Amino acid sequence: MSGLTAELKRGLDAPICLTWELTYACNLACVHCLSSSGRRDARELTTGEAKALVDELRRMQVFYVNIGGGEPTIRRDFLEIVDYCVAGGVGVKFSTNGAFIDAAMARRLAASEYLDVQISLDGIDAATNDAVRGAGSHAMARKAMDNLAAAGFGPFKISLVVTRHNVDQLDDFKQLADEYGAQLRVTRLRPSGRGADTWPELHPTNDQQRQIYRWLLTHGEDVLTGDSFFHLNAIGEPLPGLNLCGAGRVVCLIDPIGDVYACPFVIHDEFLAGNVRDRGGFAQIWRESDLFLSLREPQAAGACGSCGAYDECQGGCMAAKFFTGLPLDGPDPECVGGDGELALAGVSPGSAPRSSADHSRPVRPSPVTFVRR
Amino acid sequence: MRAVEVSRARADRALELSPRVALRPEPFGALCYHYDTRRLVFLKDRDLVRVVETLRSHDSLTATLDACAIADSRRTAFARAVAALIESEVVRERADG
Repeated sequence: MSGLTAELKRGLDAPICLTWELTYACNLACVHCLSSSGRRDARELTTGEAKALVDELRRMQVFYVNIGGGEPTIRRDFLEIVDYCVAGGVGVKFSTNGAFIDAAMARRLAASEYLDVQISLDGIDAATNDAVRGAGSHAMARKAMDNLAAAGFGPFKISLVVTRHNVDQLDDFKQLADEYGAQLRVTRLRPSGRGADTWPELHPTNDQQRQIYRWLLTHGEDVLTGDSFFHLNAIGEPLPGLNLCGAGRVVCLIDPIGDVYACPFVIHDEFLAGNVRDRGGFAQIWRESDLFLSLREPQAAGACGSCGAYDECQGGCMAAKFFTGLPLDGPDPECVGGDGELALAGVSPGSAPRSSADHSRPVRPSPVTFVRR
Repeated sequence: MRAVEVSRARADRALELSPRVALRPEPFGALCYHYDTRRLVFLKDRDLVRVVETLRSHDSLTATLDACAIADSRRTAFARAVAALIESEVVRERADG
């Protein structure tokens, strides 16, 4: 382990990578949504509370925030909050399905400094994408990309969650990104939120894990990953990036109602460290909460301790283990050594923990039109 | 090594921390974030942080190392580190240099 990795495990004075979900409202209902989004929560932070939080992030010298949701652009004060961040020197990268990025919005975004836009697309063709993200969502995302390109936004990001069904499209995605002058971001499917229900059918097979590893190794620094594939380092030469679980150490999540979780993939009471509305605010939660302090302690290797690859894979992703019902001190469900599959076979159906916040919209018989509020 | 050659060539130039970079102190040294390249750079030594922060007050890297009382035995490593920081645009040559 490098000295730096050891230092990062002990935690930082402020997060490097902070995800801030602005709303649980969403016009889509992706089957793998990490936050089970759909309906707005009445307790969501007000514009004033959001700005006060930005003030605090600025005081902590948080360099940038990853804004998401839900669909963040649904909030009427979305641009007001983004502008407030940027004006205070807090850079913004936001994730969107592109629904509200019309020509005018694209020009508005292109005019702003320190602003990165990340459009989600989970299939190179409509059939593959829409099976996961919903009817019409492929066309919606491509239209948003066209609008950003036409507005001269520059290198926006195309964000892909790799699944069993799009893993063979990685080269096509890279080509699409290159055609737009965009940057490709590839991340790991997590069994979080609604993803818990679809992960068994969607997650890449063991052979596909190796395929992803080889592809990422070939494309190196060209492709962003949010360091989400470090469990694959057990295969061999490490992938670029920090080889560690950053939960509570270098990353965390602030959800729309101000709840602070250890990472964007563990919306569950067990990983809830506090609320930004609490006295002491976010800084105190980050620096002093029992949960975050415990995550910065050395973690037990448990069943993985006797495996020669533990130093490389670090036992994988805490969230992936938690929501598939596996012990946190054992193998990742997608352990490339095959130990995860064995462990999963021993989990009794229905025993895995469920996310505590579900904002899914009720299933409707026909599509509804969604408007910004 | 190429990096060292670059640094030697620039050891007598006036340097500064790029104004596009934010530097945040951390227990291990500091974190730098470049707002244009959107890259994070780790400064893994507190003395290196002092050097980078004070480049602007001196006429050369050598003068900065003198002022920060960096031992001769560490200067090659410091020159290499500063060369890498020039490469990643965290440090740049000063216009008045």
